[in-house]
Amino acid sequence: MRILRLLTGAWSWLFLLFILIFFEVWSHVTYGRTFFGNIFNAQSILLAATQILMMALGLTFIIISAGIDLSIGFIAGLSAVTMAVVIRALDPHLAPGWSFLAGISAAVLISLIPGFINGWMIAKLKVPSFIGTLGMFGIARGAAFLIADGATVSIRNPVAREFGNGRVIFDLVPIPVLIAIIVTLTFHYLLSSTKFGLYVYAMGGNYASAVRAGVNTTRLTIIIFMISAFTASLMGLFYTGRFSAGAGDAGEPILLNAVAAVFIGGASLTGGSGTIIGTVIGSLIIAVIQFGLVFINVPPFWQFVAVGLVIIIAVLIDQSRDRLTGMSGQEEGA
Amino acid sequence: MAENTPLVEMRNIYKSFGGVHAVEDVTIDLFAGEVVGLVGHNGAGKSTLIKMLSGAYTADSGKIFIDGREVTINNPRDARKYGIETIYQTLALADNLDAPANIFLGRELMRSGYLLNDDAMEAASREVLDRLRLNLPSVKEKVVNLSGGQRQAVAIGRAIYFNAKILIMDEPTAALGPEETAQVGELIHQLKKEGLGIFLISHDLHDVFDLSDRVSVLKNGALVGTVHTADVTKDDVLAMIIAGKLPEVATTPKSAQA
Ligand SMILES: Nc1ncnc2c1ncn2[C@@H]1O[C@H](COP(=O)(O)OP(=O)(O)O)[C@@H](O)[C@H]1O
Ligand SMILES: [Mg+2]
Repeated sequence: MRILRLLTGAWSWLFLLFILIFFEVWSHVTYGRTFFGNIFNAQSILLAATQILMMALGLTFIIISAGIDLSIGFIAGLSAVTMAVVIRALDPHLAPGWSFLAGISAAVLISLIPGFINGWMIAKLKVPSFIGTLGMFGIARGAAFLIADGATVSIRNPVAREFGNGRVIFDLVPIPVLIAIIVTLTFHYLLSSTKFGLYVYAMGGNYASAVRAGVNTTRLTIIIFMISAFTASLMGLFYTGRFSAGAGDAGEPILLNAVAAVFIGGASLTGGSGTIIGTVIGSLIIAVIQFGLVFINVPPFWQFVAVGLVIIIAVLIDQSRDRLTGMSGQEEGA
Repeated sequence: MAENTPLVEMRNIYKSFGGVHAVEDVTIDLFAGEVVGLVGHNGAGKSTLIKMLSGAYTADSGKIFIDGREVTINNPRDARKYGIETIYQTLALADNLDAPANIFLGRELMRSGYLLNDDAMEAASREVLDRLRLNLPSVKEKVVNLSGGQRQAVAIGRAIYFNAKILIMDEPTAALGPEETAQVGELIHQLKKEGLGIFLISHDLHDVFDLSDRVSVLKNGALVGTVHTADVTKDDVLAMIIAGKLPEVATTPKSAQA
């Protein structure tokens, strides 16, 4: 029983290892070349994982607290177009470095507004998070397209391009990946080692007992929705940097993958569990599947099927884990 | 002298809700190292009475004394200040967290600044659970995996770590099997030895008779009487609950004997 529990706990690691080996072997047998041994492939996978991870990171806090945030896709889009519009407006007047700084600052600040409103609606007005953030999904989408006037906003800013495409550390690590690592470690410590993180788990596990213990659940809820908006806004910044263009729907296709990454990483639908490390693994699994399928020439639409299957497997494993812990509880009771 | 001063005395307490006299002129007391059962039918006023001690309600009139000193309890924080803690049967624990996190929730030990001191909380938890004679294979186990009796111990551990002197347990064994009920009995025994005073509330006399030193019986908001369990039988107390009449060996409150 104990070994089974351990396995279900570590399955996502094993699964990641399994698909890496699978694609590596396939690639050798079919094309006679390496899959992730190739630095370009490795960088591409990490960049794709970073996109998913930025949205999934804040979402991990929300899902642990037993909520959901559906608005992050369009908050990322709002961030992407805000950055592009501001840079485009300032570039003729300022040095590229300054207009870049103004652009990313404005984008992050604007993105925090829907995050704050989400948290406030859910904590104060007691709107269920599914409904509240679905409403914000529409509002942020409208705002993103309004700011961009319905179009893609292109820019020519060398600093922004470097931000999205540059490599550091012996020219190996893409800048967005490096930033993602720093942000991820920060949120990992916030969630696993501080009072704040503990209260997120407590609130998701038993809301009433958290309130009784004196946890300020209103403030906590507002902060986690602002964190969720913040990490989504980073995804938008990376997008605009990478493509030198902002689009309102920059983040929309990533939303489902981000939700999947959090659940694959071990979070439970009922709240109270999940980790940042798990979410990182979940993001990597999805990125490897997506890139790997393209690499071995499977038509791209199979990606959706594959990711869908992995989500279902993750939920099944989550449920069997619950059953296992239930069983072991009985063993100890008897 | 201190021996004869009750830990808690609630004197001539009244409380009504609109026209309903939920508690009328009730006087009860509790000594250190003593368990007092509070029994009566559903709606007799037990919860209302005890909520005035835990700070959930304030009395319309009457006085509350802690260690002989008159106190005002307006909210749960006041109650906690006087060492009064309530063990809730449900809602008490966050199932997804381990015992130390539950014991310290809201009052965590910090390493410095922002970091939690997990080691210190784990050690302190082990110590406090040892005091309750609770041996967990691992204190890092999520409490969802513990038995009902072990979960009660964690909830009580939370109270006594923060120096509770007076415990209120509302229907503590209602949802537990016989084995776990025995575990809770053990716990109560241990707490008495530590000198805590405990109010045990139940609508079912069988749950509390054997654990209590005295029982106070309420009926329709009024006190029927308080008896020593050593002096009476269960049937005597059942008669008090049902008919509202005192048995032959009518006993006076312990404080009046002194
Ligand atoms: N908050 C309240 N508002 C109105 N009536 C109440 C309230 N709380 C208790 N009562 C009434 O007071 C009486 C005593 O209730 P309660 O103290 O809960 O009894 P017990 O705990 O002994 O079952 C009942 O008639 C109940 O309906
Ligand atoms: Mg009651």
